[in-house]
Amino acid sequence: MQFVEGLKTTVLLALVSGALGMIVGLLAAAAKLSRFAPLRVVVGAYTTIVRGVPELLIILLIYFGGTVAISSFVGRYVEINAFSAGVLALTIVFGAYTAEIFRGAVLSISRGQIEAARSLGLHPWQTWLLIILPLMMRIALPALGNQWFSLIKETSLISIVGLTDIMRVAAVGAGSMRAPLTFYLAASALYLFLTSLALVVFNLLERRFAVRGH
Amino acid sequence: MDAELLLTSMMTLASGIPLTLILTLASLVIGLVLSVPLAFLRTSGNKYFSLPVLAYTYVFRGTPLLVQLFIIYYGLGQIEFIRSSGLWYVLRDPFWCSLLAFSLNSAAYTTEVFRGGILAVPSGMIDAAQAIGMTPLQQKRKIILPIAFRGVLPSYVNEVIALLKASSLASTVTLLEITGLSRKLVSETFAPYEIFIAAGILYLGLTSIFTSGFRVLETRWLNAPPKQAAPDGIIAKQVVHGS
Repeated sequence: MQFVEGLKTTVLLALVSGALGMIVGLLAAAAKLSRFAPLRVVVGAYTTIVRGVPELLIILLIYFGGTVAISSFVGRYVEINAFSAGVLALTIVFGAYTAEIFRGAVLSISRGQIEAARSLGLHPWQTWLLIILPLMMRIALPALGNQWFSLIKETSLISIVGLTDIMRVAAVGAGSMRAPLTFYLAASALYLFLTSLALVVFNLLERRFAVRGH
Repeated sequence: MDAELLLTSMMTLASGIPLTLILTLASLVIGLVLSVPLAFLRTSGNKYFSLPVLAYTYVFRGTPLLVQLFIIYYGLGQIEFIRSSGLWYVLRDPFWCSLLAFSLNSAAYTTEVFRGGILAVPSGMIDAAQAIGMTPLQQKRKIILPIAFRGVLPSYVNEVIALLKASSLASTVTLLEITGLSRKLVSETFAPYEIFIAAGILYLGLTSIFTSGFRVLETRWLNAPPKQAAPDGIIAKQVVHGS
């Protein structure tokens, strides 16, 4: 079935942009918490703008904007690869949302933990890596799970710029077999399977990293 | 980047604002009306009431809105019964299909938001309402709902903003709201930066109007009942009863 290929593309797209987006989100959260004001302003603008604009618009801007940029660079018409445009767009979106989640989680860590790390002589990046990151992850986990569900669902928007993910396979099948209901219901079943899977994974993670008394 | 083109395309795209707002506000209202009874069913102890609602919210929150929209717009026409019935006049129109999809989607999310709010109402308040002889309906209308709604207002605002942004999906079924207009304009001029950024600025304006509007509501509702006034009122009543 064509759906297997579509499923692979959707999962790959979600995982790659989710992983990259979390890195962007962590960096952006650190930047938002930094003492350097210009950095805070720039990153604040990034998260505010991205969260106030439809995801579809960001995808369209990157896909068509990227095509124009590359075409003018190469000197002839080149269409940007839909997968990389999708990864870039979803990374930008996911990074902006997770930045807020991570920032909130870092703020909820008690100062004492960070001061203890300092007084033990840990380097700032050691403090981040060894103290703040593990403590903050468990607090951020529920909200992060929600964001992953959104990400899985948002991948369907990339089909609009021609990526052959689940949604695109369903659309092509719906057109050629003249059975849109069947194909779109099949697609929704696949998405439901993926989101349910993410739900189970995050429930396990939450149980694994549960903090007693929290 | 051509600043003049940016401005002129903002002017052109502004004509899509009414449709974006109508889609958002209408599905918001329908979603709200549907979600209040659904949230009470969802929190009821009776499994026959709560499980069907859970199934509804689970499916609508677990699948992309785009799929839901396409099932309604492209899919329902496959069913002969719907094609031959009067419903077809509504369901072949992209506007009504979008409205239906957005409303059902929004109702699912809002139901879960309200569920959280209803569960967070302190049980003492409900006991008190029962003690003074309120009927279950009165308890819900006068005690549970106002307290629950106030508590979930911040999450509800997030849903409103999400819905405003989701209305851009209407462009995929040929509607010419802000995103639809910008896609049409880009295909005519092939100046994606200026036009999509212009559309982005319009959305950013709308989302900030919505958030600041709700912030006014929030401060009014969350802080307005002055904290000293309530105990005073109770004391006054007690005196009246006692004398």
